[in-house]
Order: sequence, then C-alpha cells, then structure tokens
Amino acid sequence: MADEHYPEDLKYHPEHDWARVEGDTATLGITWFAQDALGEIVFFEPPAVGTTISRDAAYAEVESVKAVSEVIAPLSGEIIEVNDALADAPETINDDPYDAGWMVKVKLSDPAEADALMDVGAYRQHLDEGA
Amino acid sequence: MLDAIGVASVDELFSDVPDGVRLNRSLDLPAGRTEDEVYTHLAALAAKNVHADAEVSFLGAGMYDHYVPAIVDSIISRSEFITPYTPYQPEVSQGGLQVMFEYQTAIAELTGMDVSNASVYEGPSAMAAAAYLAKIETGRDHFIVSSAVHPQYRQTLATNAHGYGAEVIETSIGADGLTDAAALASAIDQRTAAVFVQNPNFFGGVEDLGALTEAAHEAGALVVCVADPLTLGVLAPPGDFGVDICVGEGQSLGNRLDYGGPSFGFFAVGKKLIRRMPGRIAGETTDVDGRRGWVLTLQTREQHIRREKATSNICTSQALNALAGMIYLSWLGRRGIVEIGELMLKRTAYAREKLAAVEGVEPLFDAPVFREFAVRLDAPVKTVLAELAVHGVNGGHPLGDDYPEHENGLLIAITERRSRKQIDRLAEGLAAAIATAKQTVGAEA
Amino acid sequence: MQAERAVTIFEKSHPGRRAAMLPPLDVPDRDPADLLPAAALRKRAARLPEIAEPEIVRHYNRISRRNFDLDSGFYPLGSCTMKHNPKLHERAAALPGFSRLHPLQPAERAQGALELMWNFEHALAEICGLPHVCLQPSAGSHGELAGLLLTRAYHEDRGEHRTKVLAPDTSHGTNPASVTMAGFETVKVATNERGGVDLDDLRAKAGEDVACLMLTNPNTLGLFDENIEEIASIMHDVGATLYYDGANLNAVMGISRPGDMGFDIVHVNLHKSFTQPHGGGGPGSGPIAVSDRIAPYLPVPRIVRDDDGRFELSTNEPKSIGRMRGFQGNFGVFVRSYAYICSLGAEGLKAASETAVLNANYMLARGREGRVGKYLPVQFDRTCKHEYVLSAAPAKRELSVKALDIAKRLLDYGYHPPTIYFPLLVDEAMMIEPTETETPETLDGFVEALEKILAEAERDPEFVQNAPYTTPVRRMDEAAAARNPVVTQDLDALS
Repeated sequence: MADEHYPEDLKYHPEHDWARVEGDTATLGITWFAQDALGEIVFFEPPAVGTTISRDAAYAEVESVKAVSEVIAPLSGEIIEVNDALADAPETINDDPYDAGWMVKVKLSDPAEADALMDVGAYRQHLDEGA
Repeated sequence: MLDAIGVASVDELFSDVPDGVRLNRSLDLPAGRTEDEVYTHLAALAAKNVHADAEVSFLGAGMYDHYVPAIVDSIISRSEFITPYTPYQPEVSQGGLQVMFEYQTAIAELTGMDVSNASVYEGPSAMAAAAYLAKIETGRDHFIVSSAVHPQYRQTLATNAHGYGAEVIETSIGADGLTDAAALASAIDQRTAAVFVQNPNFFGGVEDLGALTEAAHEAGALVVCVADPLTLGVLAPPGDFGVDICVGEGQSLGNRLDYGGPSFGFFAVGKKLIRRMPGRIAGETTDVDGRRGWVLTLQTREQHIRREKATSNICTSQALNALAGMIYLSWLGRRGIVEIGELMLKRTAYAREKLAAVEGVEPLFDAPVFREFAVRLDAPVKTVLAELAVHGVNGGHPLGDDYPEHENGLLIAITERRSRKQIDRLAEGLAAAIATAKQTVGAEA
Repeated sequence: MQAERAVTIFEKSHPGRRAAMLPPLDVPDRDPADLLPAAALRKRAARLPEIAEPEIVRHYNRISRRNFDLDSGFYPLGSCTMKHNPKLHERAAALPGFSRLHPLQPAERAQGALELMWNFEHALAEICGLPHVCLQPSAGSHGELAGLLLTRAYHEDRGEHRTKVLAPDTSHGTNPASVTMAGFETVKVATNERGGVDLDDLRAKAGEDVACLMLTNPNTLGLFDENIEEIASIMHDVGATLYYDGANLNAVMGISRPGDMGFDIVHVNLHKSFTQPHGGGGPGSGPIAVSDRIAPYLPVPRIVRDDDGRFELSTNEPKSIGRMRGFQGNFGVFVRSYAYICSLGAEGLKAASETAVLNANYMLARGREGRVGKYLPVQFDRTCKHEYVLSAAPAKRELSVKALDIAKRLLDYGYHPPTIYFPLLVDEAMMIEPTETETPETLDGFVEALEKILAEAERDPEFVQNAPYTTPVRRMDEAAAARNPVVTQDLDALS
C-alpha cells in the first residue's frame, strides 16, 4: 500500500473523494484515507460510459473483503471514460489512489461546482477533526 | 460462581426483567423425562407412520425413495461435520470449506453452469431466490412460470413475489404434458424479469429447453430452470441450453425423505451473475505460508455487510445435507450417474407401457418422460389409492388437488429401487382396485 | 495435518474405479435415444469422481479432522448458542418412521409425524407466549421474511399501506435484508447509553407509515431492554406490529416470554436454543409463533386436529400468505428439538436459561480484572444475559493487537473464538456466549487464555498479529480469493 499523502493539485469532497479538474472535464477517485479505511480492495465495478452522475450522490461501489463503500461524486456531469484496468487489478486503488487508481473521467455539467470543494489544507483539517 | 459475580442469587441476574413481563409461573409443559422415556415416546410416534420401507411406494412429486448408501450416514455423523458452526474461521474449518468447494464443483459440472453456491434451503425456496436475483439483475418485475412447474415451487414463488410487488403469470400446458412453448413465448414482454421451467417437469415430461430459452432471451429476460440432479447423467444439462440460473431440490442425492426436510436446494448460475448469487460460496486461496486452502468468499453480497442492500436474506447453506449429496455423488461416480439415470428411464418406460395396458388406466400425456409419469384412472383416485394401500402398495400422488382438470390423475414415480416385480404388482393392484372402486361406486349409485 | 497439502476428491479420481453397484436391468433394454429426443440427451459425461468406497471414507475422514467442532472444544461464538447437541436426538431422528417417511404420505398414514408437529407447535407457543405456531420456515432469516410478509398481509387486510420497518442499529444483518425482500424500507433506531433502544428516537420515528419494529431482547449486546413495555406500547399506539428475533431466546426460556412483552411475531432458531446441530452451516429451522391478530395469515399447510383427535394438513386458509417452501418444513429438525423439550421439561428449560445467564455473568466477572479488564473492557457494564460484548479497542490502541488477532491466537489455545466485529456499534467487538452446557473450569480456562494472549501481546505484539501457528492452515489470503474467485475446480486441467 501507498504511504499517506494528499496531492496539492486536487480538490476534495468530505466523503473522501478527489477530483482533478482540467477545464470542463475532471478525473475522479477516492483518497488515501478512504482506501486505507476499506483495507485491501477486491472489487470495483465502474458505471457505464454515458452515465450521468450528480454531486454528493453515489456513482459506484468499491469493495474490500468485508466492507462495501459507496463512491460519492464530488462533481456533476457525464462519464466519458472509465478505468477498465481496475476490473482486473482493483488493488491499484490501494497502491496508487491518485494516478493509476483513478476511477472515472467526467464531462462536467457545471464546472463552477468545483469552487465548493475543499483544497488539500481544508481536507487535512477535515481529517484531523475525526472525519 | 455467584460470589465471583457479586450477587446473592441467580434471580438477581434477572432483576432487569420488569415484573410486567415476567412469567412468574412454570411453563405449562410436561416435566422432564429420562433419555429412555423420551426415546420410547418418540419411537411410539414414529411407529404410527407408514414409512417407505413398510410399503412399496411409488410416491414422488418432489422427493424420492432412492437408496442412501451407508457411507453417507457414517460420514455425516462425524462430530467434525455435524457440530461446527458456519466456517467463519477458515484456519480451523478447512474440512467444511473443502466440502463446499467439492460440492460447488460437482453441481456446476452436473448442471453445466459456470458456478454454484454452497447450497440453499431446498428446491421451492431456491426458485424463489432465483426470482429475486432476476428482479435485481433485470430491474423488471414480471415472472412467467409454466404450469408444468411443481405446484409447490409456484406457490412459494407467489408468496415471495407478493412481498416485493412482483407479478407472477402462469402459462398453460400442452396436450402432450409439456410447457406450451407458444403460450410461454407470447406471455413474455419487456417487463419479464425471468421465465421459469422445470426439466423433467412436474409430470416427468422432458421439456424442449432450447425452444423455451430462446424466446426469453430475445426479450432480455433470464431463464430459470428447475432441474433434477439425478437425471443429469443422461439428460443434457440446462447450461448447454444457455439457461441463466439452474436450481432444484437435492434430496434425491443421498438425503433422507425426513417427511420433507431437511434436504438442500442447489443454486447455480452463469459467471456474470456470481456477484448477485445468494448464499455462501467457498473459494480457493492460499495461506501466509503458501499452503492451499479455502475461505468463504464474495462476502460483500451478504447481509452482515450489505444489510438492506444484500443480494438475499439467506445466510445459511444446508452444509450437512450438501455434504451428504457430495458423498452420494462420489459414491455414484462418473459411470453410476449415467447408469442410475438409464435404469430409471428404462423402468419408467416399461411401467408406463405396463400400466397403459391395465383396464381403467390410460396415460395422461404422451410426451417422453424420465422417472415419473401421469395416468388417468377410470375411478376415483383416492378410493383406488386407499384400496392399494391395504395391499401394501402406495400408488403415487393424486393430481386433482393441484390440477382440478385432472381429477382422477395419478403421478407415479419409478426410482432405481422399484423393480419390475414391484411395477407388475402395482399394475395388478391397480386393476383390482379400480374394479373394486367401480363396483363400490356402482353399488352406491 | 498441517504438513499435508489439501487434495480434493476430484484429484483422487482414477478412471475405472467406482463405489456404487446399481440393481441389474430387469426390464427390456431400450436405447435412451429411442426414448428421448436427441437434443435432450447429454453429450459430454459429467465428470464426477471415480473412486472406491474405502477411499471416499478415508478422504472425508481426513478432511473432517481439519475442522474445529463443538464436540471437541469450547465454542463461545456470540449470538450462535453453541450448546451441547444431545446424541439421543440423532438416534430418534433416524427412526425409519421419521427418516423414511415421504412428505406426501396421506395424513391418515402420517399421524405420528403430525402429532409430533402438533405437540411441538404447542410447546413453542407456550415458550413464546403466543398461541399460534407455523413450523415451516427453514432458518431464522426465513422466519423473519415470513414474519414481515405476515405483517404486510395484516396491514393490507386492514386497508393500510405502510412502508417502513424499524430496527435498532445493533440488529442482525439479516433483519434489514429480510425487510428489503418483503418490500419495506428499513429505518434504523438509535441505541441509548444503557445499550437499549433510544426511546426518544423511537418515538420520533414511530408513525402511521411504520409497519413493524424488529427487535431482539435480550439484544445483540446481551442486554435485556428494561423499557420493553414502553417500546411495545409506542409501537402498538401507531398500529405497527412487533417482531421478535428469537436468536437470543436462550436467555429467557421459562422466565419471560416474547408474547408477554407485547410481541406479535417471533421466530425461534431451533439450531440455537433447541440443540439442532449446526452441521457446519445448516440445516437449521426457524418456526414462527404469532398472536391472534396475525394468525389468519400464517403460511399453509396448517396442522389441524378434528374432534376425534385425528390430524390433517389444511391448505384451506383464505387469508394465508401461502407457502414459504416445499412440504411441511425441516421435520428432521423438529424431531430433535421436540426431543430436547421432552427431555428438559418446563423446569429444565428454565434452568437452562438461568445457567446460560449465570455462566455468561461469571465469565464477564472473571474478565473484569487483570489484562482482560484493562485491554478488553465490556462496552455496557451491567448484568448481562446469555452473552456479552467486549471491546478490543484498548488492545488495538495500546498493544497494536486487534480483535481479529486475539481471535486467531485463541485458535492456538484450542478454543473457537467469539464472534468478532459484531455488533457494529461496538468498536473492535468480541461477543462471547458460553451457553449453559459448559463447566466453570472451561470458562476459567478461556478467560485465562485471553489473559495469556494479552501478556504475549505486551511482550511481542507481532507474535499475536501473526497467529495462528498450529492450525491446519494459517491466515488465508481472503483478498486474493475475492479478487479472482476460484469457486469450482478446473476439471479440464485434471483430465
């Protein structure tokens, strides 16, 4: 597993999801904290390309041996790409949660939503408060 | 012990039980008895039943008088198999987990499906569980069921479907005793979650699974086939026809009649449904030292993790009964499963022809049958059966309660234990009993 | 046993070997192809093992020794009631009059079986304090589903549409799963600081849209809810039914009855309180007992007795929810549990519950001191009933040893571990249920083993983290099993 870290260039959602916003698209995944809480991840089923997702709502599930967790969308939009590699190697989410372990790419319906997400400092504070 | 706890009496340990809900009297039950007394009482109750060794029985209709070899009793009586709980601690449960894995392998192989769970309660509830899976998988809520499926399976499905608001539609039987394929096909639409057929069907008839499956798949519905594992050495497995879920009753595999239970249900699916399958599943893996072993796997489907979103509420298998099934299948073996099937098939053909020659008996249907077939009697069926019973023959299961249109229909089961001599005795007995019944009816008129 | 590599029965198969000898063909030989359509015939052999009887016996005897079992050691698995399985029961259940009785044998020739079921129904009715019993459900969760379908039928019959079922956050996972299958929505009720139902939360959630409250009492923390009368009255005031999960009935037999607590529907786990052997995970049985207002909807067939004392199976119940399964239920289980009730009688059943509660409180008291008290404190410190829940959170914090590690190390000491990580409410939960059939020496021995393990953890946490060492296999790679499920043997690779 990776060591605990939270990249500076990401936006964070309080349910432990991250977004890498590039113009009107964003890449989404779960944070180091989320994968650590789940333990060894054994299954991730991505939604279909073309699915619409809404901010704060679940868009997928991720499973460890003895837990299931919903993956919450930090931003709204339409899925344009999914990380198919995770089907065969879901442990990538543990090993590299921010790069190879990305989950979906989204065409944002309202890029301004990103302004409401936390930066890394705010997210770290959120974690310190026992989130 | 009370001193260690720091209370003066056992009563004190119940001080948190409010007066208003205390029984404050003895239970109104008989006093305790010695082991000898209890055994004697139970033996007396058992003696009031006419069991399958006390008559020549042609009763089937879901449970069958097959021979259970002594090794089954011997092995399943071992405390290591009969007294553990569900294998939550794999380090000390490898025996039970390995049995589950072997059983899953045998069921998948027999049914021609990709994967099997470690068993469910019994046949009818297995079909109901398949329906729930189909509903979750397809997001649809109509179930189309052939009326040639065992009535208790259909009734159990209806009970369950009502709970979550699904609709059950039953389709007709053709004149040959098989599912009316055209009627079934025309009932299927975009709301159909699954189609349910049984092979051999309730009347012993061998269905054309290919035709039935095709119509369902065209409409995006799943196909659930209820199968009889003991016929699958001879009959093509449901998996060969693209069936999505294969379920059934496992009693015929080394389990006792037990007046209806416990036995086990089997549940097998195509690979794509494995994460929606109910029940326990054992999977192979290794330990920290690289030793081969098994664990309960895909547990995130289950209630203790997923709670209200679980794929089913079934949290047990019928491990001991499935073990009996696995021992039986090992005993029967690759050749025995074919031999027992062919023996039943040939004896059933003989019996159907033999009975058709009896005056007052005619076959109800003409489709090919496996180990069971239906006839129509030219006399009140229950009177005939009572007369046969006097002579030590149980003639079978009357059909009229479930199929009023076949008021004097009789379903006759031929297992490997029913010899030609016994079949001949049934034929003679039927001839005499029908004649007697007709006389009685005549006299009353 | 540890050094031996596991070998499956398929791997022991050898072409040409066999065990079964079938009866000779005594009717005219016919080609199956003449009797059945070509498409209906199997084309490829079913590759069952080819193996002789001695090797089958040896195979299963050998792998059986890789199981821990109740007849060999202490099994304090909370919520599972691993009490002794009397051996008489197996002998009685094997009587041909029971084991060889066909389920469709007409009632007049199955009077002994029906009488047994009738007597058994009445005994369970008396123990539960509810007058009507249906033996049909196959397991506890099947009883839950039956009870919820009864609740649905009851409200529907009154023209009411109710959508919610309340259940405490400590409830068994099957409760919400059954709720969903019965078409309801689960609403969680909070737990108060004494481990019981939070009455304010219950009042806030109890409305006209609530169909039922599902409760276990004593609850999954092993605590009797002192407010049970108030809880019942809150639910009855809004017209809801009360469902009792009978998993914990072993604490209160002959002392307090669910019916007297105000419950309408109870399921009884015959494989827990009533000694049906667990069989390595089934068969079980989950009969239900219900109040008068629920009775019209009970599953069919029902056992009825006529004026002459003759028993019949009746399906003529117009308001019944229908069948829950095939035939009459797990009759073989009824024989065993009925034998148990006959053996113990009224006083014996009460004594069993009293002793179960005594044993649990004794163990709890023994564990209040020393390292057990320090690292594994009880979460809600009051008199428990038949079981109690410790928290290994201090052990995890101070020794880096989790509930799981302690459980695994217990295996090396020859004990089956308690239930761990349930209920979810308790961090690092360890739920211990000794049952009434254990001696004080056994209970002492278990507490001493916990003490020793915690001492080991103080010296060398890693040693405990890597346990067990002496079991047939050690910790298994469960993640690999779930990522790439291998759930059947690849028979192609063997042939």
